[in-house]
Amino acid sequence: MLLSIRSLTKTFPGTRALDEVDLDIAAGEVHALLGENGAGKSTLIKCLTGAYRRDGGTITMEGAPIDPRSTLEARQLGIGTVYQEVNLLPNLTVAQNLMFGAEPRRMGLIDGRAMRREADRLLRQYGLEIDVGRDLGAYSVAIQQIVAIARAVAQSGKVLILDEPTASLDRREVEMVFDVVRGLRDRGLGIIFVSHFLDQVFELTDRVTILRNGRKIVTEATARLDRMSLIQHMLGRDLDHAAPVTRAPDADAAPALLRIEGLGRDGVIAPFDLTVGQGEVVGLAGLLGSGRTETAELLFGLRPAQTGTVRDANGAVDLRSPRAAIAAGFGFAPEDRKTDGIVGDLSIRENIILALQARRGWSRPIPRSEQNQLADEYIRRLDIRTSDREKAIGELSGGNQQKAVLARWLAMNPRFLILDEPTRGIDVGAHAQILRLIRTLTAQGMSVLVISSEIDELVAVSDRVIVLRDRRHVAQLTGQQVTGDQIMRAIAQEGAAA
Amino acid sequence: MNTRALPLYATIVIFLLAWLLSWMQFPNILSTRVIGNLLTDNAYLGIVAVGMTLVILSGGIDLSVGAVIAFSGVLIAVLLRDTNLHPLVVFAGVLALTTAFGACMGLLIHRLAMPAFIVTLAGMFLARGAAYMLSIQSVPIDHPFYKTLRDAYYLMPGKGRLTLIGVLMLAVVALGMVLAHRTRFGTSLYALGGGEQTARLMGVRQGQTTVLVYAFSGLMAGLSGVVFSVYTSSGYALATVGTELTAIAAVVIGGTLLSGGAGYVFGTLVGVLTMGLIQTYIVFDGTLSSWWTKIVIGLLLLAFILLQKGLLTLSGRSLRKGAA
Repeated sequence: MLLSIRSLTKTFPGTRALDEVDLDIAAGEVHALLGENGAGKSTLIKCLTGAYRRDGGTITMEGAPIDPRSTLEARQLGIGTVYQEVNLLPNLTVAQNLMFGAEPRRMGLIDGRAMRREADRLLRQYGLEIDVGRDLGAYSVAIQQIVAIARAVAQSGKVLILDEPTASLDRREVEMVFDVVRGLRDRGLGIIFVSHFLDQVFELTDRVTILRNGRKIVTEATARLDRMSLIQHMLGRDLDHAAPVTRAPDADAAPALLRIEGLGRDGVIAPFDLTVGQGEVVGLAGLLGSGRTETAELLFGLRPAQTGTVRDANGAVDLRSPRAAIAAGFGFAPEDRKTDGIVGDLSIRENIILALQARRGWSRPIPRSEQNQLADEYIRRLDIRTSDREKAIGELSGGNQQKAVLARWLAMNPRFLILDEPTRGIDVGAHAQILRLIRTLTAQGMSVLVISSEIDELVAVSDRVIVLRDRRHVAQLTGQQVTGDQIMRAIAQEGAAA
Repeated sequence: MNTRALPLYATIVIFLLAWLLSWMQFPNILSTRVIGNLLTDNAYLGIVAVGMTLVILSGGIDLSVGAVIAFSGVLIAVLLRDTNLHPLVVFAGVLALTTAFGACMGLLIHRLAMPAFIVTLAGMFLARGAAYMLSIQSVPIDHPFYKTLRDAYYLMPGKGRLTLIGVLMLAVVALGMVLAHRTRFGTSLYALGGGEQTARLMGVRQGQTTVLVYAFSGLMAGLSGVVFSVYTSSGYALATVGTELTAIAAVVIGGTLLSGGAGYVFGTLVGVLTMGLIQTYIVFDGTLSSWWTKIVIGLLLLAFILLQKGLLTLSGRSLRKGAA
């Protein structure tokens, strides 16, 4: 075995990010590492590249135990990494990027001509014939990615970790990168391939290891797995804590609030149609990177749509900016609560009135008495557990923070609320509460779009589920069709679109 | 052609155009006398601007240089007045001191992860204050060696004087070009200016590079102080106030991106000469207030910032197009 990982364990305060994970990488294989957000993929890679120190377990390279303490050390041990975001400098030339640290010199000075010649020779091995004297930034991401691979291989040359290398590439470019990867496999490198594009996993990899919640679920030859079992392993079915909420049987009968037609943006999400009914919960299902969050961002004006229209009963709705979306009565609670949602040092009251105040304009402060009243009302209505409204929101538990973020948007009295992963990282009790809250809101006439990686959560809360794959809306499930099995089948299906 | 070279070409074109326009009005402006004076008058600025270029390329800034020039000048004058040391010995001591001063600032910037702006601002006050401590009055220098230095020039055809300090400035520019484009230190500067995180991942020694580049800037400021003392035959604590900003202006007009990572040392020379040319033109004209220099420099600076912003947007667009 080229690289052997045994019982790798890494804990962070409160969570066990990796729990006794085993992984073997043979020379001359492409090994896929799969898992949803938080499964432990990045932690595993960071332990390998020396960014994290492991808490337990052993890593051996060609039989000798290794303990990389920095990316530099990992590289010297033979482990090179290429990330989704190209980790090279666009303001240096291709040759400088490739050869940095190993420039040919003459009389102490860098020999530019020899450096370009050497860089050119190196890239030709990858079938790339470009002007290496130009800035790296002048080339497409695919070429930058291949240059990054060439540099990583030239420097380490045993194990190559590709972390979502194709996420920002188009089909033809992906093919280019894959050819390079296959060439390296044939040269005897061990390649770890992290991707959420299942098609690519089947196309490129020899074996697959799936992680979930920090544990290794399975390692299997890619050829012996089908999409369905792959997705089952990734998503798991251990979500029994999701509280069942009864679905409104007459969802289709609800009057339409929004009619979305052909909304789309190049490279972000393919044009889609969607009608959101009054008081309806629409769930967005799909794997990481399938376009769920992007759909929400388009609808909230965070990324302007290039095509399509959104209409309500009064005609077209302007969604060119978040400001316009808020004015149109839209609300958006983003996925990463800590960075995008709460302002940790401000009090619960201040966090709740934030959006409302922003809409009024900062020159017209909301009277303190009104602020207090609003805060108290939502603390009571959403059952936010806190000693008082002036407590810094950062001191609350995740579930209560999430409720405060919800309260912020509810205070705006939106007609359409978008929730991206509303239950991420909160405990079981709060989880059920939030789902119940969503149903209460819709009973009062609000429409809600819920994005979730937990299929059972979607089943529990949605009237309708849209399934996304490869940045495309591929299926719509309503009524009796909304079951975990159906959703998984739709995610797994090999459609013409993929 | 690389888009980041565009501002350099733009600078050169503007410089040549400006010269052409001036020449059509005052044919004498092409004489070797004017050229010789241009180099001599701007020698101290050119030298310090080379140091500034490297600092800015690395994504930093050095606000202390104007004060360091004044400090060096006063220190040299005082030492020559009060001791019997040979000027060359004094020069060596001053250069060592300013280099160490720059290195200390670099160390602080790196170790404490402090903004270069603040650290070098403190350095500026420190150096200016130290200059006052040495002498409040202007201290004249009448050492015979200074006369030798001033008289060391090459008489070009047309009676223009290519002075020692003018040649020194050109030599410093050449040194700066070699450092920036032909050494790993230079590549590291561009790398840091392009992105610290990425540069570290690529194996750039951030600490070493930061200390070295501020030390180099300190050395250049000290050398500029020496040149300025030769140029004015005195040391004065109130001299070269705001020179750091003039140097930054020259660097930016020379096509270097103020945020770092892109630019050329040669461009800085053109920037310095452009500013000198404007001044010369105003002297030739004779009716214009010398403050017009500042106004034209201000407009040029604005134009270059807009040009760079435009180029960044353009290259960003072509990048996206390339990716799609």
